[in-house]
Amino acid sequence: MTITNHPDTSTPKTVESVNVTIDGVEMEVPKGTLVIRAAEQIGIEIPRFCDHPLLAPVAACRACLIEIDGVPKPQPACAQVLSEGMNVRTQRSSEVARIAQEGVMEFLLVNHPLDCPVCDKGGECPLQNQAMSVGRPESRFEGEKRTFPKPINVNAEVLLDRERCVSCARCTRFAEEIAGDPSLELLERGAQQQVGTANDEPFDSYFSGNVVQICPVGALTSASYRFRSRPFDLISVPTTCEHCASGCSLRTDNRRGTVTRRLAWEDPEVNEDWNCDKGRFAFAYLNSGRIESPLIRENGELRTASWPEAMHVAAAGLTAASESAVLIGGRATVEDAYAYAKFARVVLASDNIDFRARATSDEEVGFLAAHVAGKKLDVSYADIESASQVALVAFEPEDESPILLLRLRKAAKKGVAIHSVGSVYSLGSEKISASWVKAQAGSEATAIAGLDLDSNSIILVGERAANSQGALTAVSEIAAKTGAKIAWVPRRAGERGALDAGALAGLLPGGRPIADPTARDHIAQAWNVEATSLPTVGRSGNELIEAIASGAVQAVITAGVDPADMPNGDALVTGIENADFVVALENHHSAITERASVVFPVAVVTEKSGSFMNWEGRAQPFSAAFREALTLSDAGVLSMLASAMDKELTGDTRALRKELNSIGVWGGERAGMHQVSAPVSEGTTLATWRLLIDSGVMQEGEPHLAATARPSVAGVGADLFEQLGQPEAITVTGPKGSITLPAAVMNIVTDTVWLPMNSSESHIYAQLGCGYGDAVSVKGGAA
Amino acid sequence: MKLTPVITEHWDDPELYTLDGYKRHGGYIALEKALKEDPDTIIATVKDSGLRGRGGAGFPTGLKWSFVPQNDGKPHYLVVNADESEPGACKDIPIMMANPHSLLEGVIISSFAIRAHHAFIYIRGEVPQAIRKVAYAVKQAREAGLIGKNIQGSGFDLEVTVHAGAGAYICGEETALLDSLEGYRGQPRLKPPFPAVAGLYASPTVINNVETIANIPYIVDRGVEWFRQFGTEKSPGFKVFSVSGHVQRPGIYEAPLGITMRELLDYAGGMRPGAELKFWIPGGSSVPMLTAEHLDLPLTYEAMAEAGTMLGTGTPMVFDQTVSVVKAVTRWLEFYKHESCGKCTPCREGTYWITGVLEKFEHGHGTESEMETLTTLCGQIAGRSFCALGDAAATPYPAAMKYFSDEFTAATHTSADEQFDPIASYVFSGANVQ
Repeated sequence: MTITNHPDTSTPKTVESVNVTIDGVEMEVPKGTLVIRAAEQIGIEIPRFCDHPLLAPVAACRACLIEIDGVPKPQPACAQVLSEGMNVRTQRSSEVARIAQEGVMEFLLVNHPLDCPVCDKGGECPLQNQAMSVGRPESRFEGEKRTFPKPINVNAEVLLDRERCVSCARCTRFAEEIAGDPSLELLERGAQQQVGTANDEPFDSYFSGNVVQICPVGALTSASYRFRSRPFDLISVPTTCEHCASGCSLRTDNRRGTVTRRLAWEDPEVNEDWNCDKGRFAFAYLNSGRIESPLIRENGELRTASWPEAMHVAAAGLTAASESAVLIGGRATVEDAYAYAKFARVVLASDNIDFRARATSDEEVGFLAAHVAGKKLDVSYADIESASQVALVAFEPEDESPILLLRLRKAAKKGVAIHSVGSVYSLGSEKISASWVKAQAGSEATAIAGLDLDSNSIILVGERAANSQGALTAVSEIAAKTGAKIAWVPRRAGERGALDAGALAGLLPGGRPIADPTARDHIAQAWNVEATSLPTVGRSGNELIEAIASGAVQAVITAGVDPADMPNGDALVTGIENADFVVALENHHSAITERASVVFPVAVVTEKSGSFMNWEGRAQPFSAAFREALTLSDAGVLSMLASAMDKELTGDTRALRKELNSIGVWGGERAGMHQVSAPVSEGTTLATWRLLIDSGVMQEGEPHLAATARPSVAGVGADLFEQLGQPEAITVTGPKGSITLPAAVMNIVTDTVWLPMNSSESHIYAQLGCGYGDAVSVKGGAA
Repeated sequence: MKLTPVITEHWDDPELYTLDGYKRHGGYIALEKALKEDPDTIIATVKDSGLRGRGGAGFPTGLKWSFVPQNDGKPHYLVVNADESEPGACKDIPIMMANPHSLLEGVIISSFAIRAHHAFIYIRGEVPQAIRKVAYAVKQAREAGLIGKNIQGSGFDLEVTVHAGAGAYICGEETALLDSLEGYRGQPRLKPPFPAVAGLYASPTVINNVETIANIPYIVDRGVEWFRQFGTEKSPGFKVFSVSGHVQRPGIYEAPLGITMRELLDYAGGMRPGAELKFWIPGGSSVPMLTAEHLDLPLTYEAMAEAGTMLGTGTPMVFDQTVSVVKAVTRWLEFYKHESCGKCTPCREGTYWITGVLEKFEHGHGTESEMETLTTLCGQIAGRSFCALGDAAATPYPAAMKYFSDEFTAATHTSADEQFDPIASYVFSGANVQ
């Protein structure tokens, strides 16, 4: 593990250092370095349990005692700061240190059950390992061990075997310091000290799985992995999380072709040592309900087909159409998205392509072209920590990019001023000590214009800004005025990469405007085609859905698109129903595959290599967990389809990545944004976003995770709650219908009601027929 | 050496606990003087007096006060540690019950000196009588304008909060006390930062024992020279000794530091009839025991350290020949096991283990090798635990082994109750002693 202190590179400071000696090795270390960290640098491993480089020292376990010349008692290396001239002697050169460490190790095992053969941690257990290296071969303890009923749930996903606990307090410190969910605490005292929560309430945290990973013994285990495997039977592969745009590095462990668990993988620049519970536990969908072979529609029914037959049918259908389009959802890797972008322009000769299977706006297209596409690492996680201010616009980091929330917490602790511009002041806003810049949902523009930012400020724009007319224009304007930097944080893992790969009408790879002759020349050359053969600006967003619905676009390729995610999903379903020809590349069945002409099964993330570009514009590559998987990536299928249509397109991930990288980003003129002015909102508006753990299809099959979801409630401000007569339930009605949920009083602007976008009993597009920032009516009680 | 009642001088006045009673005996004159002084002068006076902390560690009080950074823009706090829970210690609670205003006057002067505008008195929760007395004293003092805004026209403001602990020995450890006071579970904090820099609510805080603070009015009123006429160079002043155990008149004896245990024993009427001293402990169960050969040592911080023990709280416990050392040590370890906060491994697990083994000895089931084990286990705790509670728990057994190893050897076959009739040690056993 590494400490991720990101020095401010803009103003180089000379780091003061001290000269010290550790076990006779003379070293110069930065002032403030802890003995345990300095010893690591010279390869001396001091035993430890409570120590964690990202948590504040607590010196509780006493396993790391070392001797310092001139200091009468052994000192804990995890909390001892090195000072000039200090002569430290670890267990390697000091009998005192060695005996002290052995003594602590012996004590740690007194009340530990030593049930390694049935413990999940066995084989990867710091206690087991250090008992081997520092412990006595045989125990002198003959008394009765303390026992507890076992196990207990600290929440639905995390289990606790209290008798295994060594009271290192890593979990409780993580909960308080890192996650900001301090409900996990140590209770009782002495040998009865145990981890727990007040009144046995569940440990309510989106980050609860991390405590399982940092537990140095087998006290904390996850319901999904408990008793499933031994660590030495697992094959571990470094991967990248596919659940959101945070870009967390993960480790995927599998056994006999099945993913058994996923862990946060150390990535100091991105997720440090952490990830969220969705990224950790939501992987059951990978294995279940998959489409196994190509399907073609015959007499109105889908039937299994061979690959060549399906290719033949798909090629013929696509060739017959005079205008076609490509819709890709958020799951595409950078390489797959690039293959789609190229396939559309070269094989289909169309610029009708969009990766935004959600609410969109034309204003957003302009914003992405002007401020986001092709700008890699303009704003990074590290920049958040050194910014003067960070403004969040239509963005709820805890639900929409949880690792970014953790970084914002770190920044807030360092004194970065965070402002949340929006209609709701959430628990997440509280955790980052944000100031609340109130704005009605869907009309944030005026509030954004009023922000007092400077050139060291960062504006983090969420994808919901597309639903707030004028908001992106306002962001663009205030950034121009103040010099603040902009970063766009979409929710899905594939969106940022798809944008840079050119999977949006009007934008070729690297953010090149398709209307720009130089940009066209670049791409034509890279793709070995005539510039004149490249299509002109095509359709995207709502216009594209309307064109499909109206029949103007006759053939459609879809990949990872779920109409339920889109406000105009009904129109899309009708369009797909009526389209001449629809090819779906999917891993699970959906409303689209039910209506598609040809369905190709494609690989899920564990079966292919690729990369996801996170919100920073950082490509996070991963390799296939299952190399022998018999599935093709989207690019692989497109490559075959291209051949069937007499065109050439590589399906090899590495070749695609290389090609895209060699094209590079656009350095030329960017189109300015088409200015959009803010609307005037009237009546009650709807504020809504997707909760981290909700009814998303990629969370299916993991009931323990689902049980940690926050409850579906209808949130109103205290005033509105009073006006409605303090009802138990609130009914929200939109054009299509109503949703009734238990009432909750929230910090929310007047005339606004909040609903979860896609949680149990609350699927707002399907049930209400409207979305974020739209007018709704509210009443107390049931409909 | 003569007894020198100062804090305890007027304890025979049943009205001493009231403001009028206290004032009748010259109370709050020191405050009047102090408020006219420069706070730094008071710190210097206390420094010059050489007053050492009466809570057990004996840290120089004035020096502690001088660590508080001045003009740092942060609030300062005075916290009085009134969580007296040490087995054998019984001096702070009597002070609070008999003479609470001496504490309160000390609190006001000390707060003025360290520029604190809020003082907290953290009293052990199991002594409601003391809590009530102190709370009443605070109420009277507030009504009399001795606490509150602009005290006696000096411009000095002070709020005093009396806080009851919830029954944990560990909260007598100063940083655990601060956690408890802040509303957290009482466990010691990692130092640095020290409380003088970041204590209560992360602000500079002085934590002093009740008796220490109760000394302050007298030092301010009567001066350094007067104070230093008592005691020794390194242990100046007088001490409220509480003598307990198998003596004729257990109780509070205020005497200059440097008095010997033999003298104190005399004041306490000597051993009960027919009893002879077996062992004694100078200041609470946390300090190593001594025997009759140490009766003539002066009770000072330095002399006790030289004898391998500590003055501690200065509350001698006296045990006669009816007491089983094995049993006494076991009781103490049971106490430490029960009170270990659980934070650090050596204390949490060590007290659990040792207690189990000692209980075997108590029942006559110990083994020779376990005697050796106990010695090493104590060595694995002493100096390795997070706070002094672990060190204290590692004290009784090695000290007992130094003088009474035979009793442990006997406990490998004979139970403590068989070796020593427990009835004989009870105070009501009377004539059975012989």
